[in-house]
Amino acid sequence: MIFQGKSWKFGDDISTDHIAPGRLFHLRSNLPELAKHVLEDAREDFAPNVKDGDFVVGGNNFGLGSSREHAPTIIKLAGVNAVLAKSFARIFFRNCVNIGLAPVICDTDQIDEGDELQVDLGSGVIKDITKGIELTFSPLPEVMTKILSDGGLVEHIKKNQGFNL
Amino acid sequence: MGQTMVEKIISAHTDKEVKAGDFVVADVDVILAQDGTGPLALKQIEKMGFDKAAIPAKTVLFLDHAAPSPKKELSNDHMALRSFARKTGVNVSDIGDGVCHQVICEKFLNPGEILIGADSHTCTGGALGAFSTGMGSTDVGVGIALGKTWLRVPETFLFNITGEFSKGVYAKDLILHIIGMIGADGATYKAMEFAGPTIEKMPMTDRMTLSNMAVEAGGKCGLIASDEITREFLAKHGRGDKFVVVQADADALYEKTFDIDVSKLKPTLSFPHTVDNVRTIDSPDCAGVKIDQVFIGTCTNGRLEDLRIAARMLKGKKRHPDTRLIVTPASRDIYGQALAEGLLTIFNDFGASINTPGCGACVGVHQGALGDGETCLATQNRNFQGRMGNTKGFIYLSSPAVAAATAIEGKLADPLKYL
Repeated sequence: MIFQGKSWKFGDDISTDHIAPGRLFHLRSNLPELAKHVLEDAREDFAPNVKDGDFVVGGNNFGLGSSREHAPTIIKLAGVNAVLAKSFARIFFRNCVNIGLAPVICDTDQIDEGDELQVDLGSGVIKDITKGIELTFSPLPEVMTKILSDGGLVEHIKKNQGFNL
Repeated sequence: MGQTMVEKIISAHTDKEVKAGDFVVADVDVILAQDGTGPLALKQIEKMGFDKAAIPAKTVLFLDHAAPSPKKELSNDHMALRSFARKTGVNVSDIGDGVCHQVICEKFLNPGEILIGADSHTCTGGALGAFSTGMGSTDVGVGIALGKTWLRVPETFLFNITGEFSKGVYAKDLILHIIGMIGADGATYKAMEFAGPTIEKMPMTDRMTLSNMAVEAGGKCGLIASDEITREFLAKHGRGDKFVVVQADADALYEKTFDIDVSKLKPTLSFPHTVDNVRTIDSPDCAGVKIDQVFIGTCTNGRLEDLRIAARMLKGKKRHPDTRLIVTPASRDIYGQALAEGLLTIFNDFGASINTPGCGACVGVHQGALGDGETCLATQNRNFQGRMGNTKGFIYLSSPAVAAATAIEGKLADPLKYL
C-alpha cells in the first residue's frame, strides 16, 4: 500500500483527549459528527482543512491515554490513511491496527508542516517529496500486518470466522 | 529460565509455554466495556455477524461514565447496552453501581485470570494477580463474541519496593513518583510488576491504586502477586474459594529492575498537563497555587480507605470559601459503607458536593467540568489538557490527603498538620 498526501504536524504527547475529548462524549455514537472535531483541542485548523490522503505527523507517545477507539477512528474518517510518530502509546497503536489505520514509527523531526509525503507500507520507505529525502521505518510484526492487510480486525474475523493469525 | 507473572498467566490461557515477545491467541476469563466504549463494541459484534456472547456470566457492561445520563444521546447508548444484555445474558452494572474497575474487582475478577476491558484503566485488576489490560472497542467486541483475544506477551519491568511510608505519604505518592521517574512512556508496551516487602504488607486498596496507574507510564498491565491479602479481599467479597497463588518464578527474566525505598518519599503531585510532570509538596512551585475545585474519587482513589483519610482530616471543618469539594465514592458498596460510617455526613457538613458513584468528573463528561482558567486538584489518574471538560482548565493530581488539606486551605497544602 502506497499513500500520498500532505503533512500536518503535531507535538509530543498528543492524548486521546486532544483527539476525541470527553466533553464530546455524547457524540461517540455519531462518528461523522465527532470527526468534525478531530484533534480540535490540539489544532483548531486541522479538522476543517484536512484533505483525503493527508498524514497526521506527531512526536513522542502519540495517542496516550484512553482506550477510546473513537480517536483513531475519527482520524481515519477524516481521510487520513496513516499516522506517523516517533513513538505511540500502546492501546492507540493497537487500535490503529484493528481499525485499519496504519501507525508508522519514524523520525518525524525530519518532516515539516505541509511537506508532501509518499508512504510505502510494504517497503517501509517514506519519501518527503518537498525535501527530496527518504526515511525508512521497520515494517509491523507479521500478526499486525495480517490484520491491517485484511482491512482491520472486524474484516479479519469475518473472513476467517475467527482468528487466523 | 523461569517465568514472569504475565508469562505464567498467558501460558495458562494458551496451548504453549510463552515468553516475552511471542504473539498468541489467548482465552479470556472476564470482559468489560463501559458506556463510552460499549456501544461501538456492540456495533462491531453486529458487523462481524455475531449475536451471542461467549462467556455471558463474566461479561459486564458498565453504565458508569455518564451516570446518571446527562444527555439524550447517552441515554440512548445506555438503552442499547441494556438491550444487548437482555438478549445475550451478559451483566449490566447500571448507574449508581460504580466505576467498572472497582466493581470488576469487587464482584468478578480472580487471581490468575485474564481480563480484557474497553477502558485503559482495566490494568487496575493486576492488583489481584490477574492479567488485566485495556483495549479498544473492536478488540473487546471480538472478545465478547469469541471469548478470545490476540496478545503480544510483554517484557516485564520489576519494581522492588522497600521501606515504610512516612506519615502523610501513600501508594498514590509512590506511583506518581514512579511515573515521574520513568516518564509517561517509560514502560510503554511493558508489563509492570510491583513486588518487595512494602508491597507484601500493602492493603488491597493501595495495591489497586498502583496497578490502576500502570497505563500512565505506558504499561500494558500492573501486576502484583496474589497472597494472604488477596485471599482476604476475595473472602470479604464472597469468593474466597477462587483464591490461587500467582507469582513470578525466582529466576524470572526481567527487562529492567527498579529499587525504590518509600521511606524517602514525600507527598507528590502531578502538575498540568502530564502525569509525569511531578513535584513534591515542599517544592517552591507548590507554594501559593490556588485551587478552585478539589475532587476526591475515581478508580484510583475513591475507595473507602481514601474517604476515611479525607473525612478524618475534614471533620468539624468548613471548606475554604473559594474552593469547592466534590466527593464521588467509587462504587455502591463503598457509598453504602461511607454512609453507614458517617463519612458522607462529614463531607456534607464540610460543604462538599457528593456525587453518584461513577467516572463523570474525571473523564470530563459531567459532574465537575472546569471553567476557563480554573484549577482542580484531583485524586484521579490523568491530568491531560481538556480532561475535565475544558482545554482551558489546569489539573493537578495527588493523594486524598493532599486533596483534603487543599480543600481546607484553598491552595495546594501539605496534609501533615491535619493528620
